[in-house]
Amino acid sequence: MNTAAAIDPRHAAGQRLRERLFRAATLVAALLVLTLLGGVAVSLAQGAWPAFAHFKLHFLTSEVWNPVTDQYGALAAVYGTVMTSVIALAMAIPVSFGIAIFLTELAPVWMKRPVGIAVELLAAVPSIIYGIWGLFVLAPVLQRHVQPWLIDTLGPLPLVGRLFQGPPFGIGILTAGIVLAIMVVPFISAVTRDVFETVPDVLKESGYGLGATTWEVIWQVVVPYARTGMIGGIMLGLGRALGETMAVTFVIGNAHRIGSSLLAPGTTISAAIANEFTEAVGDLYTSSLVALGALLFLITFTVIAAARFMLLRLERRALSSV
Amino acid sequence: MNRRLLRKLTNFVALGLSGLATAVGLFFLGAILWTLVSRGLAGMSWVLFTAMTPPPGSSGGLLNAIYGSVVMTVIGLLIGGPIGMLAGTYLAEYGRTSPVSSVIRFVNDVLLSAPSIIVGLFVYELLVIRMGHFSAIAGAVALGIIAIPVTVRTTEDMLNLVPQGMKDASTAMGAYPWRTITSVIYPAARSGIVTGLLLAVARISGETAPLLFTALNNQFWSTNLNAPMANLPVVIFQFALSPYPNWQQLAWSGALLITLSILVLSITARIVVSRLGPSGGNR
Repeated sequence: MNTAAAIDPRHAAGQRLRERLFRAATLVAALLVLTLLGGVAVSLAQGAWPAFAHFKLHFLTSEVWNPVTDQYGALAAVYGTVMTSVIALAMAIPVSFGIAIFLTELAPVWMKRPVGIAVELLAAVPSIIYGIWGLFVLAPVLQRHVQPWLIDTLGPLPLVGRLFQGPPFGIGILTAGIVLAIMVVPFISAVTRDVFETVPDVLKESGYGLGATTWEVIWQVVVPYARTGMIGGIMLGLGRALGETMAVTFVIGNAHRIGSSLLAPGTTISAAIANEFTEAVGDLYTSSLVALGALLFLITFTVIAAARFMLLRLERRALSSV
Repeated sequence: MNRRLLRKLTNFVALGLSGLATAVGLFFLGAILWTLVSRGLAGMSWVLFTAMTPPPGSSGGLLNAIYGSVVMTVIGLLIGGPIGMLAGTYLAEYGRTSPVSSVIRFVNDVLLSAPSIIVGLFVYELLVIRMGHFSAIAGAVALGIIAIPVTVRTTEDMLNLVPQGMKDASTAMGAYPWRTITSVIYPAARSGIVTGLLLAVARISGETAPLLFTALNNQFWSTNLNAPMANLPVVIFQFALSPYPNWQQLAWSGALLITLSILVLSITARIVVSRLGPSGGNR
């Protein structure tokens, strides 16, 4: 019917032109994704330059953060960022591991989907919601019931005791860590569940055939097979915890100091930026906050890139074994 | 015999603990939703949708904040959606196997989990400083940038689900790739792509950190895209941390509103995806 049009040279030229345009448009959009990452890196470096040039290495080693004397050091914020994330992971890893086991090996078929979706919905809840919930619900509970108990039982111990001394503020490093733990659990458990599901049934069945219990199959067959993927998922959760802003801002207490106690208020890089950026007066103050942002970018970029790299390798292995 | 008992006991305890872990996860989801409903419901009334954010101590609603959130989310989607779809199309069709594509995929995955406050700083440096003031358009651009990696990822995944036979049939009829993509592949993957956009909306509509120093906030009704604009997340942030009971009540109502809409969006998206079938069957 339309054969005439197909050989019509003008029509063919029009088609070729549209083809070139469409292809170019998709390529430009794809390259834009690359440019975006580069643009973020360059603009952060530019904005941070005055602070780095002024304080040099001192910016990284100083704990002082004083807008009045215009002295800024990142150490307290970096400490808070790392500490809250470590606490979060310490709590989230076992729980996520348990959820992944439950969803892949234990749950009856009718439970798998609804429970899986419910856990994933935890990831969809915006971070600011975790923030107000942490401040108005979790922090009072911790202050009244959990922290006094921690201070009484763990406080007198040698070494670890120092982490649990001082008054129960309710808000602080520990509380932020707990809120972060709740937030990263869905991420880690989703990835762990997915890699558990890639374990070939034959492997598990051979374990059962030898008389192993469910737990022995999980610990000695499933976990070794899925290890790389699990670590990738954990690092993805770590990247999330390091950069989380709003939830932490509510419950961290926003104090630029390094206290020996986990119950004391502190700050993180992202909380400091969220709290102070719009109120920062003076170029050095603003630039120091951007410099904090550049540090955060560097840290999270490394962690996320490593995590993605591990998961990518795993995907390739899964593809080649099929 | 004793050893067998020990193994059984270990098995029982370990599996019991994993069930407990799941219960803990579900408990926190329940606790957060319960708090939102019990505290937020008290402030739910028509006034919430018809009045502006009030000064401390007097009554008011969230109309300007709701309006601002919708406007910035829509513009953000208009920016991020097309770019993400085109880039996803490139990864799935034109550059499926090219080395550049694997780099782009990797960078996109990194962007997907990058902290959103970094995007806020980036847009501040890029737009706010150059324009000299905070603005709704800067906020929308920040949200658009966050929407891009989400859309790229889902578009690529969904286009890959379209059966190769359909693409081959179109090519065999002499269609150029752009014709195949726009007339065969896009319609076949439509519900998947729409799901991706829904997920992008769910992701950006609750974002607070990137709006703090781009769109800022506005106590009053404003439709000027070139000026600061109120938005739900930042209003919730400011009002929740204020000492005024009426502001705190509005913060809880806003929180309930935003969470409900996001959960509805995510659940809808999930239902659409499950209709597509886990193996990617196309019906």
